[in-house]
Amino acid sequence: MSYIKQLQNNHSSLDNSIALIDCNNFYASCERIFNPKLMRRPIVVLSNNDGCIITRSAEAKKLGIKMGEPYFKAKKIIDKNNVKVFSSNYSLYGDISQRVMETLARFAPDIEIYSIDEAFLGLNGFENYELSTYCSYIRRTIKQWVGIPVSIGVSSTKTLSKIANNLAKKNKEYDGVCILKSWFEINEALKLTPIGDVWGIGRRLSSFLQKYNIKTAYDFIQLDKGWVRKNMGVVGEKTFLELCGVSCIELDLIPSDKKSCCVSRSFSKPIEKIHDLEESVSAYGTRVAEKIREEGLMAESMSVFVLTNYFNRKEKQYSNSIKLQLPFPTNNSIKIVKRALQGIRKIYREGYRYKKAGVILYGLSKSSQVKGLLDYDRESSDAIMNTMDRINGRYGSSVVRLASEGIEKSWRMKREKVSPCYTTNFDDLVEVKT
Amino acid sequence: MNEKNIISIIDIRNSKKATTPLFLDSVSAGFPSPATDYLENKLDLNEYLVKHPAATFIVKASGPSMIEAGILSGDLLIVDRSVTPKNDNIVIASVFGDLTVKKLRKKGSSLFLVSANNEYPSIEIKEEMECFIWGVVTYVIHKAVTK
Repeated sequence: MSYIKQLQNNHSSLDNSIALIDCNNFYASCERIFNPKLMRRPIVVLSNNDGCIITRSAEAKKLGIKMGEPYFKAKKIIDKNNVKVFSSNYSLYGDISQRVMETLARFAPDIEIYSIDEAFLGLNGFENYELSTYCSYIRRTIKQWVGIPVSIGVSSTKTLSKIANNLAKKNKEYDGVCILKSWFEINEALKLTPIGDVWGIGRRLSSFLQKYNIKTAYDFIQLDKGWVRKNMGVVGEKTFLELCGVSCIELDLIPSDKKSCCVSRSFSKPIEKIHDLEESVSAYGTRVAEKIREEGLMAESMSVFVLTNYFNRKEKQYSNSIKLQLPFPTNNSIKIVKRALQGIRKIYREGYRYKKAGVILYGLSKSSQVKGLLDYDRESSDAIMNTMDRINGRYGSSVVRLASEGIEKSWRMKREKVSPCYTTNFDDLVEVKT
Repeated sequence: MNEKNIISIIDIRNSKKATTPLFLDSVSAGFPSPATDYLENKLDLNEYLVKHPAATFIVKASGPSMIEAGILSGDLLIVDRSVTPKNDNIVIASVFGDLTVKKLRKKGSSLFLVSANNEYPSIEIKEEMECFIWGVVTYVIHKAVTK
């Protein structure tokens, strides 16, 4: 008898309750909070540098605009249908995301923030009929408090709650909440789920399974457990068990310490001169140092990289990166930028059109734990950085900056259609007519 | 002189998170300050003005129609979206997709958005206006000093 039949015949327990809360078309919904006029209008949000479409409102999806499509390709449909276009505004999305997560955390002690717009919530201890009332309440609260519509899926494992969430999103009649807590409901849901849509089944595993005529998640769980393990490894088996209602992926409650941190951007137009590259690398070095200071971390080493536009086959290609040791663990912008500049000068080659550069910091550790032997001026270094951060925090980012960043920044990212930073900048508050 | 300079550097660093007042830790050769035992945290306006940080937004008022409610053009409004709107609350409402600040008033079974200035009319909320209450205004920040 197959593994799943055994479980079901024994009425194996589905007591565990995990909810996946996912914000609907998150970036588009963020833009709507302060601009209710856009409530029913199609919206798309573009990736960094206004390159591709990364979020579509439901109305934009209906128009046939594809996820990840380059902006210029969709421009015809966009113009014809009066679609509102935004550059991505991560200051706004980050702040709204934090508000959603803070609000969610009130509803259960166990929360795992999975991404900017998704979180798992442990909801053990609720009776099944209470679950749906409680989830509707969570949903209403997020909408009222923060203004973001969410979908909620609940089941006994993370992988199943993802599937429940998908159904909650797709079927209007669920009203944003789908609960799969009986074998009957789970079987029906898995029959509706193509195997490639299952969390943890990538394209490779999916096409492997297609060969064995496994089309849906339901087909998949009919397989023999040993066969899955033998052919798909431990990871495949985990997904299999999760779909069978056996929880294998615990909630990750404590965010693991970051080991590295990267800032990189594509340029608005190709860069050829070392001078422009130096400016951009200075700016990224400053930003990445700022980022680790915010989290009270220091870096041991770093790397700098550049690359040309791989997609432009007509031009000659070059990419390189260089690993650089720091004399002692630091988060000082000046020291990091100095090192980054040495690095970029080493890997720069004349005659290429560069598309992107970046700075990565490695070996991050809590700043209180490390003090290098050579770090004799740590106090004054910290004082300078704190002063810079405070001034920039109050008067806007990069009011005080290193001269090596340059002033004009002709290489800077294109963000032509960015909305105001309504929640993070006093100059950008939304104006309300009395 | 030298000592003073050092203290001011540390002050900048410490005050980022506004933890304990600085002089608590200082070693003094003379009689200890009698106030040390009474030191408390500094007043925090965020704590006073914002009860639900996740649900609280700041917006800027523009226009004269709420003068009698103490809202002048350019004032900042603290808006708490977790508060359930009640009769006579000052609210931010979305009317035909535009955000506006008015007083919410219930008369019988009808709801009105009322101005606090006789020269401006009240609006009765009707279904086709696609009106919803965006949030309740809990505080008004008005700059008293003019240049």
